[in-house]
Amino acid sequence: MSSAENTARGIAAAVRAGERSAVDVVEEHLARIAGREGEIHAFNEVLADEARAAAEAIDRGDRSGALAGVPVAVKDNLCTRGIPTTCSSKILEGWRPPYDATVVSRLLAAGAINIGKTNLDEFAMGSSTENSAFGPTRNPHDTSRVPGGSSGGSAAAVAAGFAPLSLGSDTGGSIRQPAALCGVVGVKPTYGLVSRYGLVAFASSLDQVGPFATTVADAALLLEVIAGHDPMDSTSIERPAPSLVEVLEAGVDGLRVGVLREMVDAEGIAPDVRRRTEEAAEALAAAGAKVEEASVPAATLGLSAYYLIAPAEASSNLARYDGVRYGLRVDAPNTGLMNEASRTAGFGAEVKRRIMLGTYALSAGYYDAYYGKAQQVRTLIIRDFQAAYEQFDLLLSPTSPTTAFPLGAKVDDPLTMYLNDVCTIPTNLAGDPAMSVPFGAGDDGLPIGVQLLAPALGEATMFRAAAVLEGVAP
Amino acid sequence: MTATEVSTWELVVGLEVHVELATATKIFCGCRNQFGDEPNTNVCPVCLGLPGSLPVLNRQAVDFAMRIGLSLNCSVQPSIFHRKNYFYPDMPKDYQVSQYDLPINTDGFLELPDGTRIGIERAHLEEDTGKSTHVGGGGRIHDAGYSLVDYNRAGVPLVEIVSRPDIHSAEHARAYVNELRAILVAIGASDAKMEEGSMRVDANVSVNRPGDPWGTRCEIKNLNSTRSLGRAIDYEMRRQIDLLEAGERVVQETRHWNEDDGRTHTLRSKEEAFDYRYFPEPDLVPIAPDAAWQEEVRASLPVLPAGRRAQLVERTGATPETAGVVVERDLDAFVLDSLAAGGVAGRLLVHAENNLADGTGRLEPTTFAAMTVMEADGALTATQAKTVLQELVANGGDPVAVAAAKGFEAMDDSALAAIVDELIAANPEPFQRFREGDGKVTGFFVGQVMKATQGKADGKVVTRLLQERAQA
Repeated sequence: MSSAENTARGIAAAVRAGERSAVDVVEEHLARIAGREGEIHAFNEVLADEARAAAEAIDRGDRSGALAGVPVAVKDNLCTRGIPTTCSSKILEGWRPPYDATVVSRLLAAGAINIGKTNLDEFAMGSSTENSAFGPTRNPHDTSRVPGGSSGGSAAAVAAGFAPLSLGSDTGGSIRQPAALCGVVGVKPTYGLVSRYGLVAFASSLDQVGPFATTVADAALLLEVIAGHDPMDSTSIERPAPSLVEVLEAGVDGLRVGVLREMVDAEGIAPDVRRRTEEAAEALAAAGAKVEEASVPAATLGLSAYYLIAPAEASSNLARYDGVRYGLRVDAPNTGLMNEASRTAGFGAEVKRRIMLGTYALSAGYYDAYYGKAQQVRTLIIRDFQAAYEQFDLLLSPTSPTTAFPLGAKVDDPLTMYLNDVCTIPTNLAGDPAMSVPFGAGDDGLPIGVQLLAPALGEATMFRAAAVLEGVAP
Repeated sequence: MTATEVSTWELVVGLEVHVELATATKIFCGCRNQFGDEPNTNVCPVCLGLPGSLPVLNRQAVDFAMRIGLSLNCSVQPSIFHRKNYFYPDMPKDYQVSQYDLPINTDGFLELPDGTRIGIERAHLEEDTGKSTHVGGGGRIHDAGYSLVDYNRAGVPLVEIVSRPDIHSAEHARAYVNELRAILVAIGASDAKMEEGSMRVDANVSVNRPGDPWGTRCEIKNLNSTRSLGRAIDYEMRRQIDLLEAGERVVQETRHWNEDDGRTHTLRSKEEAFDYRYFPEPDLVPIAPDAAWQEEVRASLPVLPAGRRAQLVERTGATPETAGVVVERDLDAFVLDSLAAGGVAGRLLVHAENNLADGTGRLEPTTFAAMTVMEADGALTATQAKTVLQELVANGGDPVAVAAAKGFEAMDDSALAAIVDELIAANPEPFQRFREGDGKVTGFFVGQVMKATQGKADGKVVTRLLQERAQA
């Protein structure tokens, strides 16, 4: 799927040069969707008519945008004006946002074409896209297996060639883990580099929007388009988008890369995943990087801290779905009972579990022991990463402990499911960038990704290493 | 209850005052902050709490919060926002963005006109909720047929000013609210209208025996005027004293003041109190006004009512009470200008306090000053001066000309003495009482003289003439 003419860069160049029409590009992708969407279910809604109309407008008008004529699939927790935005939850039934998320506005301003809203674990809570109220998404490499999650629809859409690019959101690994499982590139940018305005909040202090692509260069291009200060997001960093595409050829000669011992050796890391990670380290060394072992001791506490902080914020963020103003309302004799009936009917089991966890963690008498303690751990993790980045420019680890697992394998065991994110969660807590790059296959022939981690705003360095790995991947 | 019973108890009151800030736009979005518009017209994704929306703090709201803090002698400190979580349909996000353990303003005081200092614990920023109307049933949310919500008010910036429990009478509670309102209006931070809800007062009330620790407190809500505030505190004090003297306990709870029956009623008990699950608001960054910003705000503050009263007392010798009235009527600058124009301080203050309640109209400091000089010189009696003043306020002009046009001229003492002698002759019995020291009869004689002279007599001269004759 990554032949040059099918990459976003290839499409944009051809459309700009007048060699391909945006309409043709859209029709090719719609045809691929028609061929496989039935078995994969990457989308909650394919925007065929809207995409055709947008393509015609591009062909008639301005083709100079960085993504002119390029189809992009958008995770269905990003607000799209007039287009249902469901978060794969029944609770948002019938709701059409009156506004576009900032990242969506920027995509459209760059000439990109929104080809559809992709499936996710309800409110981005999950690691397999099985927690969707509209049914699971399947892995294009093996449809008996999950695509990962929560951005499983966006990962699968790119892996299946439904779109060269897609947007996801990553709160604890929700871009990187499905990218690894679907064999595509997925990036979680520095917290604050990409606007969250219009991203339906799961855990506000951890959520970050980022790109999926088949190539490192395409991911860089999409990140350049969506990044940069947004006055509508108070946590947005006040600096322009970084230049990434232009540094991709810079190589890693002289860079100091640390292999994260805590993650490579973590319980549950499959031998083939560990082996590919070691091979990636060797590849970087061969390309001139100085590779050593690194340690971020507090990272081992990440999962525990995350499952207090994220649910705590979620319990508050999801309070607004009360049946009063929009979405599902189940009538009842009074307002309080209506709130209760609507939420009982509208939320799935995993969302309810996290709301309860988070409510408990914030309750009077428990706050210090749970939420307060988790924030202290978060501080330790930030400190340990900072210490590591005094010695290293980049860190390397597995992305996901295993390759894609079968549907249904972990749905009844939340803790095992949560362990999927053991390598990805610490970066969200630290607010740093990280990305998953495909690096060969496992013993089962399914894709494996390795994770590159960088200090805050270290995207350029991270992309340089990603480009090297992409070039030598087995 | 007798006075002695009350005096064996001590009343302790702390006030929580919410004021809506007079910003152009709401605290976290660009919607208009305007009272009285069509319902649900000043709304957007942010103040409706739509999924995906995010708050951005309004700098003017921070500015006003600092104005309030600095006016109340508070320290301005780096602060953060928290979320206060509870479900209510007029709150779009089902949490309120407020300040919790790190408020922007802490540790200040407000000085009442009588010099009493009431401590200010904090004055913090938060967002207002929407406004609910519950239709049918008892008009309460639980039994209403349906409810309507207007979100125009959702996201209007509020500052909550929390006093220390330094208030010990209903009178002081009212004085505190009046003084606070005067300050808020003076600094332009709020129009502070209790009747429109732009200033809302809750009272924490407890009683204890002198020397004992504070008693259990009740929080009183629904106080829509300073009069209600005073009545509610007096009622609640009596209720608590009655309970304690009957050997019962005061239960900590929130109570609702009912203006119609003049009582407070249980709203919710401590057990029913919400667990708000406060935690730091992750969508906002800390507010840390630097020294330069604070100085800029401080420098832009006007002289506050307390300062104006002090200035008036110092420059005119006014009593604190008179100074309070004159400053409240915003006449102090006019009085001082008139003083500078050569006016007579005592007369200026008397007129400002009694005869200029509706403003100064076309009166000028120079004409006001000239009129008080005429009065002091005996060219105008107090009664004549009042008439001249009314004319000057209504139409302006020169006081000498106005007095002449009205036919006012000072009567000479001998003419007046003749009238007084006639009156004494005609009224021997009242004069005998006057002679025996019954001061009340003075008014009778002065009134009669005024009647006879059509107000041209000087009351002070009449009194002197009477005294001379009584001692003769």
